[in-house]
Amino acid sequence: MSFPWAKEYQPQNGFMQWMDERLPLPRLVYGAIGAGYPVPRNLNYFWNFGVLAGFALMIQIITGIVLAMNYAANTAVAFNSVEYIMRDVNAGWLLRYLHMNGASFFFIVVYIHIFRGLYYGSYKAPREMVWLLGVVIFLLMMATAFMGYVLPWGQMSFWGAQVITGFFSAIPLVGEPLREWLLGGFVPDNAALNRFFSLHYLLPFVIAGVIILHIWALHIPGSNNPTGIDVKSEQDTVPFHPYYTSKDGFGLGVFLIAFCSVVFFAPNMLGHPDNYIPANPLSTPAHIVPEWYFLPFYAILKAFTYNFLWIDAKLWGVIAMFGSIALLFFLPWLDKSPIRSASYRPLYRKFFWFGLLPCIAVLGVVGAMPAEGLWVPLGQVAALYYFAHFLIIIPMISYFEKPEPLPMSITESVLGKAETPAVGATPATA
Amino acid sequence: MVRPLGILVGLGFCMALVFALVTTVWTMATTPTEDPKNTPYFWQQEPRPANLPSSGPFAQFDRVQLQRGFRVYKEVCAACHGLNLVSFRNLEAIGYSEDQVKTIAAEWPIQTPSVDPNTGEAAMRAPIPTDRFPSPYPNEIAARAANNNAIPPDLSLIVKARAGHQDYIYSLLTGYRDVPAELPEALRPGVGLSYNPYFASLNIAMANPLTGEGQVTYDDGTRATPDQMARDVTAFLVWTSEPKLENRIKTGWAVLGFLLIFTILAYMSYRSIWAEKKGR
Repeated sequence: MSFPWAKEYQPQNGFMQWMDERLPLPRLVYGAIGAGYPVPRNLNYFWNFGVLAGFALMIQIITGIVLAMNYAANTAVAFNSVEYIMRDVNAGWLLRYLHMNGASFFFIVVYIHIFRGLYYGSYKAPREMVWLLGVVIFLLMMATAFMGYVLPWGQMSFWGAQVITGFFSAIPLVGEPLREWLLGGFVPDNAALNRFFSLHYLLPFVIAGVIILHIWALHIPGSNNPTGIDVKSEQDTVPFHPYYTSKDGFGLGVFLIAFCSVVFFAPNMLGHPDNYIPANPLSTPAHIVPEWYFLPFYAILKAFTYNFLWIDAKLWGVIAMFGSIALLFFLPWLDKSPIRSASYRPLYRKFFWFGLLPCIAVLGVVGAMPAEGLWVPLGQVAALYYFAHFLIIIPMISYFEKPEPLPMSITESVLGKAETPAVGATPATA
Repeated sequence: MVRPLGILVGLGFCMALVFALVTTVWTMATTPTEDPKNTPYFWQQEPRPANLPSSGPFAQFDRVQLQRGFRVYKEVCAACHGLNLVSFRNLEAIGYSEDQVKTIAAEWPIQTPSVDPNTGEAAMRAPIPTDRFPSPYPNEIAARAANNNAIPPDLSLIVKARAGHQDYIYSLLTGYRDVPAELPEALRPGVGLSYNPYFASLNIAMANPLTGEGQVTYDDGTRATPDQMARDVTAFLVWTSEPKLENRIKTGWAVLGFLLIFTILAYMSYRSIWAEKKGR
């Protein structure tokens, strides 16, 4: 699809020939994830995480469909229906723990995937569309995960729904009616639980659809690589199959070992004990915290405590929290540096490792802590850096940065200068 | 266009945060710090390890211990605490025979709500093995009325529903202490409450349930000290919270073994496919 030397699909027998002339589905797969897709030969293990994210989505959809056969979306019985799955459904405990921890591992994998894109400049031209669709997938994932967490109807389900739908009430004038309209009531109740279940079942398929667009958009320019430089010749690439299918197979094994270690030996490690208490609208938990993958954004929400410019602090927090993700949509145009990979951007690299990553880690910890004592100013400093990093530092950095020299080609970066045959050169005759 | 606007928006967020930070620090600097001794947090204690065989990578249940724990539940806890996710038939999983379960259900001191088969009026009957453990109170109001306005929580999931899990339950049951002399007045137990430094608010509505040796008679000759009874009933409650625990651990080791072999083979095929590209 992307390069002139991409191998063309050749039907291997009469049936495939017949099929190819009528519905060239095998041709599509061959070009998308088969030998017909040339990929840079120098990808490191961070490039495994896209395939792993797709695999995590498959785990969620398959376990989720079976769980839905036994779950009842009604506030009177939802909690006990989950426990029925845990106790009486054959292998129900396995399905439920796979699904519950599958969400966490989906986010782990996607976060690594996103940070890989940030580090190696995969969001830059000509891959802006890939990045934008990725941010859309991330937003859909967050909505799906939030609604899924409400379904067991435990204490954190209920109070999490209460807090998150409360964001809408921060909108001036229409906020409160809007929230009631979305919930179908004054507080999360049966109407909300039913619509959350319906959407929780729908959105993963929407995600799968956007993933197809994400991969389609990726295949136009082809994959980025750790040097960030363009593919120049056939020797810079290898066919996706068998080179990267075999590497992804190994990566998948490592991923599954980590995933299954948690599922079978510490399945409740990433959850909150309060969600094993049935929802009780009359009893507020001591600390309402979201799932771990939302903690940095929750910390940003809590950091805004001052009615700056006469705008309510709560509204600032909600705008900032959504803004912290929305700004990713503008990243390809905020960063003007022509160099993609941070490996050749000394300043950007320093801000990435010593600024952005510690800042996200601090936000994650602060998000889990009660809003008191030193946690408050610490979260405010980290949130300050977050916005400064994306909206001030990244747009300005390319003026001051002196990029390090790039290799001539991908092949040179792999084999070293001496052994790299010049592009298009014919072997010298003796 | 995007960059100047982005910088402007970024400066807006940063200014809002600078103001928030300054006011936070100012408030912290000018507010006198509260004496930590006045907060329950200062007096709370970390749970002590329950050391049950159901923890760790080779977790399993000691069925004799679970039966002792069930006895403690039956003779002490069941008076106030329900177990509404567990059926009598489930007791077969901890080593009781079908007949024993029938007897346990039939002799259970609390009856199950039912309907009179002749008149259709509400009635009570002895539980049968397929029934859940009947709740000790007909409703929440009755539970509150009998317990100084506190509802005794259902114990089915209690181990998973509390931070600290089995260690917390064990520590709480053995954690009743005399009120320390220097405890501030505001933190002292009110009427009907007992001091227990493992409980979040320090003062718990449940009176010390395990008061003396021999409160429960064990069949297997184990000395029924309060510590032993607390450990045994905690083990039983680990089982009610996670009855499929042993199944999960066993499956887990088989799955990890399979995945290890798969991953080694996948690695070898990856190396051999890439050999010519990386060979040097």
